[in-house]
Amino acid sequence: MSARILLALAAAAGASLALAADIPPEQRRSAYADMSPELRAIQDDDAANPASLWVLDGEALWNEHAGAAQKSCADCHGAGGALKGAAARYPRFDAALGAPVDLEQQINICRTERQKATPLAWESHALLALTAFVARQSRGEKISVAEDPRARPFVDAGRRLFTERRGQINLSCAQCHNDNWGKSLAGAPIPQALPTAYPIYRLEWQAMGSLRRRLRNCLSGVRAELWPQESRNYVDLELFLMSRANGMTLESPGARP
Amino acid sequence: MIEAAEPHSGARREFLVRAIHVAAGAGFALLTGASTASATPDMLREAIDELLGGAQARPGRVRLEIPPLVENGNTVPLTVSVESPMTEADHVTEIHIFNEKNPQPYVMAAYFGPRAGRARLATRVKLSDSQRVVAIARMSDGSFWSDSADVIVTIAACVEINE
Amino acid sequence: MARALVNVPKRARMGEIIEIKALVSHPMESGYRVGLNGAVIPRDIIRLFTCGYNGVEIFRAEFSPAVAANPFMSFSTLALESGTLTFRWTGDKDFEVVETAEIVVE
Repeated sequence: MSARILLALAAAAGASLALAADIPPEQRRSAYADMSPELRAIQDDDAANPASLWVLDGEALWNEHAGAAQKSCADCHGAGGALKGAAARYPRFDAALGAPVDLEQQINICRTERQKATPLAWESHALLALTAFVARQSRGEKISVAEDPRARPFVDAGRRLFTERRGQINLSCAQCHNDNWGKSLAGAPIPQALPTAYPIYRLEWQAMGSLRRRLRNCLSGVRAELWPQESRNYVDLELFLMSRANGMTLESPGARP
Repeated sequence: MIEAAEPHSGARREFLVRAIHVAAGAGFALLTGASTASATPDMLREAIDELLGGAQARPGRVRLEIPPLVENGNTVPLTVSVESPMTEADHVTEIHIFNEKNPQPYVMAAYFGPRAGRARLATRVKLSDSQRVVAIARMSDGSFWSDSADVIVTIAACVEINE
Repeated sequence: MARALVNVPKRARMGEIIEIKALVSHPMESGYRVGLNGAVIPRDIIRLFTCGYNGVEIFRAEFSPAVAANPFMSFSTLALESGTLTFRWTGDKDFEVVETAEIVVE
């Protein structure tokens, strides 16, 4: 597959660690731009996008009374539309935790603290459905994360993760996604890693998945050991990636190859 | 158990399907010699022969739209449309879609009547490799028409390693 | 659980050709994939999709393992009368999903 190409890329990039420059704002483009017209049509048509099935389930869960408190999301938040703009601001600095949380973690904070219910498992149907429903309310909104100065150290931690080499193939995220976006890797164009559409229906998974799951695929891609599912590294990296996409339009829930 | 198609019983036949023309103009390659259960171009031919029952499928009237370069073989959008007045006297009755290199040659069979208004379907299919896809329409007068397309299938660069 | 999502115009003129879209949730396990333990994952697919219009079948499709997961179909029919479109998917493991949509034809 792409192992040989990745190795060649790693060799060509040299042994030194270069702090790759971010993509100039005017050159940023969503991976949507690299998709075939047919796949774009799937994302654009709610009647054809499989993600719609998760959005519908998310709406049902939104209205379901859960946990010892027997509260629904709607009881506190009202109709889903009240959360317009919310997903475009995640990951968000959580003052109580003193650290950023992503949307999936926020949903579980609400589940455990407000609904007095058990948290939903990572990549579970219920968590993906709720994330898809909440994110859908912000489709068309401008991404706006890390405005809070307290988030700064975590953005920097995410940047370090993005620019460090890792894995048997010894590549950093930046080497592909900052330095070589647009070029072809195993027949597919390298995207800029701007997470504008999460959660996504990924054709490769034949299912919905979170940004966290996609990052785990990237770690697999460079043959790095996966960070544990609850690792703070994911959120720091998500925060950094979303901050790179600040000002871009949220497409969620999207379709991707 | 992996369900493999039975190899055609009896003697192997050399069979050049001239009736099915590829949009690009080349015919199917002639396959000779011993076949295995996984020789799907043979399975494709046999599946088409079974449908045609000795008749010929003429190229034309059918339009198979499928991206020439596919991002992921798990989900390949395709559309088949057939020129037809869709009247009681003259309409499409069936559209059959076949593939060349998946483990088995069938993709879908769809059934129409004059109430369709238009003979057109869109769906999404799985293609395991770069290959030819064939669409054959049967008309109410019993005639068969066809179209085909060659598709290149890539896979995602960073795939999952499941724990 | 949302098992299916169908899209039918709410209103149409008599004789108009209307486009119908139908999406159903299903893994469409082909039966050709091999799991982590080396064993083949058994086939689990939808085999038949039908659409009825006030009880008359107006479209039918037989699915093979080559149909993609979460199957999508788009097809058309003549708007001839007001009433109900009924969508039905059946398949392995006694799978059955039925979904309906109303249309007003004037």
